[in-house]
Amino acid sequence: MERNVTLTFSEEQAELLEVAQNFCRDKSPVPTVRKLIEDELGYDPAVWQEMIALGWLGIAVPEEFGGVGLSMAEVVPVVEQMSRRLMGGPFVPTTLAAQALLAGGTEAQKSRILPEICAGKAATLALTEPHADWDLTHIEAKAVEEGGKLKLSGTKIFVVDAASAEWIIASVMKDGKPALVIIEKAALPEGALRREVVADETRRSFRLELDGVEVPADALLDTSRTSETLAHIDLASSLLLSAEACGAAASCVDYTVEYLKTRKQFGKLIGSYQSLKHPTVDALVAYETARSHLYNAACTFGQQGEGEIAVRMAKSESSDALSFAADRAIQFHGGFGFTYECDAQLYRRRGMWCEYLHGDGPYQRAKLADLLF
Amino acid sequence: MSDVSQKELDEFRAGARAWFAENVPADPDFMLPLTFMEVGTQEQFDFLRDWQHKCYEAGYLGAAWPKEYGGGGLAQAFQDVATQEMHRAGGPIMLNAIGINWAGPLILDMGSEEQRKAYIKGILSAEDIWCQGFSEPDHGSDLGNAQTRAVRDGDDYVVNGSKIWTTQGNYAKYMILLARTDPDAPRKYDGLSFFLAPMTVPGVETVPIKKLTGEYGFTQTFFTDARIPATSLIGGEGKGWAVAMRTLEYERGARGGQAGGYVTVYPDVGEVVELAKRALRNGHPACEDPIIRDKLVKLLATYRGLQLNGKRSRIAPLVQDKPMSLPLMSKLIATEFYREINQLAMAMQGPRGAYYVGEPEAYDEGIWQRSYLNAFSGTIGGGTSQIQHNIIGEHVLGLPKS
Repeated sequence: MERNVTLTFSEEQAELLEVAQNFCRDKSPVPTVRKLIEDELGYDPAVWQEMIALGWLGIAVPEEFGGVGLSMAEVVPVVEQMSRRLMGGPFVPTTLAAQALLAGGTEAQKSRILPEICAGKAATLALTEPHADWDLTHIEAKAVEEGGKLKLSGTKIFVVDAASAEWIIASVMKDGKPALVIIEKAALPEGALRREVVADETRRSFRLELDGVEVPADALLDTSRTSETLAHIDLASSLLLSAEACGAAASCVDYTVEYLKTRKQFGKLIGSYQSLKHPTVDALVAYETARSHLYNAACTFGQQGEGEIAVRMAKSESSDALSFAADRAIQFHGGFGFTYECDAQLYRRRGMWCEYLHGDGPYQRAKLADLLF
Repeated sequence: MSDVSQKELDEFRAGARAWFAENVPADPDFMLPLTFMEVGTQEQFDFLRDWQHKCYEAGYLGAAWPKEYGGGGLAQAFQDVATQEMHRAGGPIMLNAIGINWAGPLILDMGSEEQRKAYIKGILSAEDIWCQGFSEPDHGSDLGNAQTRAVRDGDDYVVNGSKIWTTQGNYAKYMILLARTDPDAPRKYDGLSFFLAPMTVPGVETVPIKKLTGEYGFTQTFFTDARIPATSLIGGEGKGWAVAMRTLEYERGARGGQAGGYVTVYPDVGEVVELAKRALRNGHPACEDPIIRDKLVKLLATYRGLQLNGKRSRIAPLVQDKPMSLPLMSKLIATEFYREINQLAMAMQGPRGAYYVGEPEAYDEGIWQRSYLNAFSGTIGGGTSQIQHNIIGEHVLGLPKS
């Protein structure tokens, strides 16, 4: 079984990898990351404008809607390199919202919103609920039609970068069936959004109270495609979280190695001690293998069957790899590792985000077991 | 090479397929070894020697080695096809592993005309079994520290010392031998020389080693004033380390040039999945147990990761940060994976996990238990997993030496 796994890497992926690598390294050194942690918005609007100018928001959007016309495979290297530098900003939620529209939006919605997204307006998704089920079809929020309008109720959590977004696409139950609905953020009542305290301080995440929110009836996405759309978003989110986990794991290993090569204890560089060296190698092995899974998931994304297996494996392997690498990074920095000043905590906190959203390793593996045997 | 047409290859494949379908022997009434390192009985040895001889005579082993020395003189692509068809037909392993994978490529690469004429045909036909004398009892992973002495005396070298883990040492006619010719060399590596040493001269004695599986397959080899001809030197006196390193590259496939065939057969991961469905663990099929499911998927991901690492290592932009990372870690991942998957296969079997080869009630004749114990040959041989960690840490991450 599984003899013929594929891993291809396009010219476009290679170009984007190189550009993103240089861009993110230049724009997001750690002192900048730390400064933006203190900032309410969480990113530098000037850098965001540069990313828009590079066309990144339209990478996976067809040209007819103002995009570049590539695919999620080409988004992966960009997200990976952003996370390698712990860069903030609404790039990922906006990309995912565009994917939701492409998979399940009406023609009118696509024509109206996608060009604006490509031109730089942010959007986000509201899918997770306080019941904490990773299954996106478990929805308790509701939409009830009343006088040509939809009255929403319920609560969403982990609405990423909602403060920056023009549109929030939320999952709701309508007439007993899952549906997706576009909310203009400007129409939200005062106090509907509350910023959540999340471990990864480079993120901006919000809780959204839907009670009292009304949207026009044409805010519904195509209800005949809700389940495919939710499945697509689930896998696209997992793919990008895998890219983020790999990017952060790469830096985390390098950061640890740097310390092991310079810090001395008992008269020796601590990297010469095998009790530190060997687990660091284990972290490297886990990261490298996860990265191979990531690019396998990127190049097979959207394929029936194989695509889902690849994404779930990438998510399982990459989030485990980052959490392990960062956990050991803290430990191997000793007393310094216990301080806020040490960057190991930044990676460990990023790992919590990548691991616990959209299904951790054991969850993905249970899904894979169903798919594989 | 470049002017091999697809048509020629297809015809060759059809011929090979027909031949293997006709000639792959039925399973004998004794258990065949899974690898060349486990040939422990005369009947196993005779069976496998006959099979290799037959494959060679049919032109499906050494097909790409030069004709003048006994090879088939064809392009490598033909041998690759033959090996694929051999695998497809489920043929037994090639016996003379050290010969076809190490000694043969080395002799073709660096040997004299006389050495090529003398040794290549016998390697392919399995007439002359070769063994390898690198490791020593006191220097397992530290190859450069080999202490077996070879002292020049007229037209001979006189060898004293001992080599261990000599696969098929008791059957071998020749040994590729790493020995110390200059104990006073400033660098320990410069004192080593490499020989194509005859095992049939007086003063060479092999003692079989019983392995943890209860089988044989390795020997310890003792040299007591054994005289080997100076003409058996290869690469020049004092150049043994470079020759040994080059030889290891044939093994890793970095240089190519092996005769073809395969010398190990590992159960496919699909067979482990299949076992999970039928093995009863605590009264239920193991595949229903959530912990077994989790562990099995984790290992399937590792297995797939190994294949993907191989593919990614050929995509330059995706390996630019640490180019040596993937090649240097594959041995570690593969051997630890193989140990762990066999361990998990045992865990699927409930109380039957405690059976062993010979018990009729054991799943698959106890092959999982034996494979698990044998898997340590991978995690220990060729540099232990712990040494692999040092190598990766030092050569890829640039960590200071331990």
